[in-house]
Amino acid sequence: MSATSGTAAAEQEQTGAARGPDGVEPPVLEVRDLEVSFPGGRGNAGVTAVRGVSYEVRRGEILGIVGESGSGKSVSSLAAIGLLPDYAQVKGSIRLHGEELLGLDDRTMARKRGHAISMVFQDPLSGLTPVYTVGDQVAEAVRVHNPQISRAAAHKRAVELLTLVGIPDAERRQRSFPHEFSGGMRQRVMIAIAIANDPDVIICDEPTTALDVTIQAQILEVLKAAQRETGAAIVMITHDLGVVAGLVDRVQVMYAGRLVETGTVDDVYYRTRMPYTMGLLGSVPRLDQDEKSPLIPIKGNPPSLTDMPPGCPFAPRCPIAVEACDAGEPPLEQVGGEGHRAACIRAGEIESNSWTAHDVYPVSEIAHDPVSQVPREDRGTVLRVEGLAKHHPLMRGALFKRRVGTVYAVDGLSFDIREGETLGLVGESGCGKSSTLMEILSLDKPQQGTVEVLGKESGRLSNRERFDVRRDVQVVFQDPMSSLDPRMRVFEIIAEPLRTHGYAKDRIRSRVLELMELVGLDGSAVTRSPAEFSGGQRQRIGIARALALEPKLLVLDEPVSALDVSIQAGVINLLEELKARLGLSYLFVAHDLSVVRHIADRVAVMYLGKIVEIGDVQSIYRRPTHPYTKALLSAIPLPDPEKERRREHIVLQGDLPNPADPPSGCRFRTRCQKFAVLSEDDRSACREREPELRHRVEGAADQAAACHYADTEGSR
Amino acid sequence: MAKFLVRRLLSYLVLIFLASSIAYLIAATTLSPRAYFEQQQPPPSDQAIERQLDKLNLNPETPLAERYATWVAGVAVGDFGQTITDQSVNEAIARKAGVSLRLIVAGTVIGATLGVAMGAYAAVRQYGRFDRVTTVAAFFLLAVPAVVVAVTLQVIAVWINDVSGMRLLEYGGEYSANLDAGFWGTLLDRVQHAILPTMALSLSLFAAFSRYQRNMMLDVLGSDFVRTAMAKGLTRRAAMIKHALRTALIPTITYFTFTFGILIANATFTEKIFGWHGMGAWVVDSISTQDVNAVAAVTFFMAVCVMAASFLSDVLYAWLDPRVRVS
Ligand code: SF4
Ligand code: SF4
Repeated sequence: MSATSGTAAAEQEQTGAARGPDGVEPPVLEVRDLEVSFPGGRGNAGVTAVRGVSYEVRRGEILGIVGESGSGKSVSSLAAIGLLPDYAQVKGSIRLHGEELLGLDDRTMARKRGHAISMVFQDPLSGLTPVYTVGDQVAEAVRVHNPQISRAAAHKRAVELLTLVGIPDAERRQRSFPHEFSGGMRQRVMIAIAIANDPDVIICDEPTTALDVTIQAQILEVLKAAQRETGAAIVMITHDLGVVAGLVDRVQVMYAGRLVETGTVDDVYYRTRMPYTMGLLGSVPRLDQDEKSPLIPIKGNPPSLTDMPPGCPFAPRCPIAVEACDAGEPPLEQVGGEGHRAACIRAGEIESNSWTAHDVYPVSEIAHDPVSQVPREDRGTVLRVEGLAKHHPLMRGALFKRRVGTVYAVDGLSFDIREGETLGLVGESGCGKSSTLMEILSLDKPQQGTVEVLGKESGRLSNRERFDVRRDVQVVFQDPMSSLDPRMRVFEIIAEPLRTHGYAKDRIRSRVLELMELVGLDGSAVTRSPAEFSGGQRQRIGIARALALEPKLLVLDEPVSALDVSIQAGVINLLEELKARLGLSYLFVAHDLSVVRHIADRVAVMYLGKIVEIGDVQSIYRRPTHPYTKALLSAIPLPDPEKERRREHIVLQGDLPNPADPPSGCRFRTRCQKFAVLSEDDRSACREREPELRHRVEGAADQAAACHYADTEGSR
Repeated sequence: MAKFLVRRLLSYLVLIFLASSIAYLIAATTLSPRAYFEQQQPPPSDQAIERQLDKLNLNPETPLAERYATWVAGVAVGDFGQTITDQSVNEAIARKAGVSLRLIVAGTVIGATLGVAMGAYAAVRQYGRFDRVTTVAAFFLLAVPAVVVAVTLQVIAVWINDVSGMRLLEYGGEYSANLDAGFWGTLLDRVQHAILPTMALSLSLFAAFSRYQRNMMLDVLGSDFVRTAMAKGLTRRAAMIKHALRTALIPTITYFTFTFGILIANATFTEKIFGWHGMGAWVVDSISTQDVNAVAAVTFFMAVCVMAASFLSDVLYAWLDPRVRVS
């Protein structure tokens, strides 16, 4: 079980096996016609979550399984590792090194889990037992499979593993409890557990979805390192087409419990043959596209697994569906290159005509909004924030609270939003973007600085004015329904603000129907309750409610981050269209820089309560000058395998510092990749003086960065 | 960690003092010892009553503050005064505390352990037969007052004894008087007497704990860390015990602290019903005999019990959840 000898052998095998297309080496993990169903009962219909999935991975190979929520991708992997609940019915075959795993009892299966096959899960925050130290939990993984090993030796191995996955000072930190670790660090621990016994297969189920982009980049690096170290085959399950693009060798797309397209990454990404995959690729907002072309939304929702249409499960949403599609489920058949298969009866046609997503999906042009022609300076200011600060006291003690520090959640923020403009406020969790938003929405006097909404200063409003301002500023949350009574009908939800603001009864009805139409929902649905709608539709209801009073400024708090990409695209398009039609201004708070690039005119990047770079989207995305902005942009994987393979990612070190104790001088210096290469003399400026936000680049009027050594000319 | 426990212990001492003081003050103002003496046959003379009241520090003519000061001064040196029949309260405590403690400790340990174990198991087998049976049983026990449970147990005991034709189960007193059966015989006799009251006490505790533990366990069963534990290579059973149950026990410890007060109240009824001469039975008697000092002393005893239980849960908590030790 020594790591070093294992590595050498693994590398040899890896070079011998994964690259050899002859496939002499048998696959490590082989799944055949897997079917998983959860029987009904207690009033629920049974669900078949996976319907005939097959795949195989060899040593050193990385296989990507892509799909949206409910596609069955996670269920199929849980089946492989034997962690489905008892009542799940699994059919087919799962072979590990040729040995059938299905039907093994728990004890035998337990010996394989974590030893020959291991798994990294999505949510690292809840993935570790809160009452044991991380060292104990890693050591436990070592000891279950090597009972003869001593406690001390197991701990020594745990420290080795923790060092390997990049936990600094592992010797000391192994005695920490999970809650003392950040999300990224916990995910590292999970990876350490997964590789503790040199497994042959590691299944990663959305391992980076819950993490910030810069942390995601770190974790992906760790996974690659882990693979090098163990030579294991990796099954990477994700919804993010970017993550898999540069990482995997082959990719499989799942829809409604089945594989709909499989092949090498290049085949699937560049020679897409299945309309669903096309839609999926087209619906992702991309960082590498300058031009604003509307995203490709896939209309409708995935079919409910309890009530499948008889033919192609994608038929109800497919723009090129023909009658024959409903006849029977199309089999997964070879199209084009070796191993490239698609489940679509028109795949051949798509291939011979070389149709792309834009041929298959009708795209409506988004109207240009007239305001955007007017130069920025000549437009009225909708929101002005000047030197805004919000400091929370940090309290300790159960009975007698005492102040032990201050959290500088927002610390001197200035920006403005003009009419018809969208400002994207981006940053990772903990950067203070939500606090900023709350301060603006509260309309109270801020602790420091001023907030001016439509020319009226917060905290100096009469009750009457407040009421009016509230009408002009509306907000859409990530899950707009969570704050509402679930028994309310959609009509009531949208009508409520109208009632509050004294609309006449008869006008309310017509206004609600008008709004439903505006957001692309069927007016007859107003009598239903929100629970009957899908996530994307609920978000539309939330938008309709926010628009009811014809506001001027819409504050959007991560409005699409909970939605699947294909649904997200529709909502983004809707927001863009509404802005153009109604002349709205948006304050768009998000962590996803690709989405912001797509929708915003200007963008402000926040780090630890401060704006580090602000400016128009074109300048910032094309020519970021602040090291943090650069790192953020570089950390986002592109859904383009070739570009992705060629890209060098800047991987930031470490975690966000404690906001109660920010570093002196430049707050970013503890992680700054530029600081790391500066001479000792130059560093002192970063340590001692706080960089101010100002224009740095010649010729870019609207771009300012807070860095002493920001780039001054266009280079990336 | 030790500092944390010492701090807790100190605050418990303060609470015990406050609780018994308040009990003394309430008893001293609401009970009327004079009435007790006036009812005696033949009624003693007024002077005799007065003298007796003064002697026992029970005279309502003496200002309350003064009586309280005398009582506190006594307690400070470990003297709880005299009962209304002019016997040493301390001696009575010495006789009765053990009786109550045996009942409470056995009832708690059996009720809580069984409750936790069965609740946790029921959760693992959710909707299984075991789960359904324990759920029905627990709800039944929770719905029926403890007194009714105790009396029902007695009825059942009579029936069992009749059917078996032997006195297997005893339901009056703590032991048979004048028994001479050597060590083992005496022990057997005591166990025979203890089974029913202990059961009566532990049943309601069992019901509450099994419900609570079941819910706590269900909360953690599906949690990601249990899945992680299994993914590491632990069997389902090992993951359940080492990771799920361990974590699910923590809130139960807190719950135990809250329910312990009710348990003591139940112990009082149980002692009365089964004729055990413990502290609980004594306090009921003392109230009817207007015995201020005894009431205060029993309250003191109960406060100590509650605080001891709280302290025990603090220790258990710190043991189960090592996170409190580091923060
Ligand atoms: S089989 Fe028909 S409905 Fe299904 S994806 Fe192909 S064209 Fe569309
Ligand atoms: S001021 Fe210094 S530490 Fe801060 S971002 Fe610029 S180079 Fe990095």
